[in-house]
Amino acid sequence: MKIKLWGVRGSITTTGPETAYYGGNTSCVDVWEDGCQLVLDGGSGIQKLVVNNPLSTKRIDVLLTHLHLDHIQGLGFFKPLFDPSMEIHIWGPASSSRTLHSRLSRYLSPPLFPVLIRDLPCKLVLHEIENSTFTIGPFIIQSNYIIHPGPTVGFRVTGKNAVFTYIPDHEPALGKNGIIKDSQWVSGIELAAGADLLLHDSQYTGQEYENKKGWGHSSIEDAALFASMAGIKHLLFAHHDPSRSDSQLDEIFSEFQQKNNYPFTYELAREGMEINLA
Amino acid sequence: MAAYEIEIILNRQLADCLSFPVFITDTNGNLIFYNEAAEEILGQRFEDTGEMPVEQWSTEFKPVDEEGAPLPPEELPLVKTLSTERPHHKTFGIQSLQGKNQTISVTAYPIIGRTGKMLGAVAIFWKSTDNEN
Repeated sequence: MKIKLWGVRGSITTTGPETAYYGGNTSCVDVWEDGCQLVLDGGSGIQKLVVNNPLSTKRIDVLLTHLHLDHIQGLGFFKPLFDPSMEIHIWGPASSSRTLHSRLSRYLSPPLFPVLIRDLPCKLVLHEIENSTFTIGPFIIQSNYIIHPGPTVGFRVTGKNAVFTYIPDHEPALGKNGIIKDSQWVSGIELAAGADLLLHDSQYTGQEYENKKGWGHSSIEDAALFASMAGIKHLLFAHHDPSRSDSQLDEIFSEFQQKNNYPFTYELAREGMEINLA
Repeated sequence: MAAYEIEIILNRQLADCLSFPVFITDTNGNLIFYNEAAEEILGQRFEDTGEMPVEQWSTEFKPVDEEGAPLPPEELPLVKTLSTERPHHKTFGIQSLQGKNQTISVTAYPIIGRTGKMLGAVAIFWKSTDNEN
């Protein structure tokens, strides 16, 4: 299983020399195995994915964790959607009130975007998911609702020999005393249990989180605690705050390293990073 | 053991912030969480008991009607919510573990998440005043 990160920034794209190392594109990751490609989220990073990684397959599956703009804003610039020979499957969390098509149309329609979903020339298939398990090519995918404003899921992608868990937006610590130290009571823990690689929200420092409870994101400390409780092997801190420069991210990470010692590999997610899971 | 659905987890996190008693049960009526205020009613701490099977916790109370006659379980709001998947409310008397009688009001609501599936129920309790029914 090969994983490439095309966008790891949270909330809004950031460009400029001060964010060039970790990258300014919003959430997008792709997963390859046996010629099958999954695209996780359609943030602005998805635009690069097309440019840098020409597709040989005629089917692509795009799995959306949720429909906040930083996770779908790249969809309108995803070239395969405009290719009549392509079959695009978009999977997204079900809502109790509106269909996935209706919710995606809010963005993919005027005045926000000039092209309507129904006018996209590709063959488009939409799938509504909830606490679901489904198969795409060699992958078994589990989606579970997790704590984040609005219908939001995380994904556990099981390939032939490895498990990758993708939870870019998540606030498991929401509550009076933070994460409950009992895994039965922790949002998303089953998705991450024993994963070879976990990409997890770590938008804030612990101090910042105190003033941002309920915004749907995690501190770097909570992300690490969550990973520890899940017993993962490798953690990528992601969904970097858009106000953060590369040097600030390095500083925060360095401070975290000095204060913490976890028995798994952990590092900051970086746009362009590639990881092979044997 | 499988983790609870987020709707249950969020209800617990909310209950933990509230000053009146809150019970959370699964769909079978097993008590999976009660907050600090509810500990006074049960006379036990959640940290000590953990989850309690329905047979255990339901016998801690002796619910009675206005005449002091025992109330059958199917008349209790939480039991009705579990069977009908609808909110229910009732004011009735209970005899606490210490043998003290008091009138309480109970409102129970079902936890039905985005999937439309019944996941459990929540009951909130408070001491009744004369004008409540």
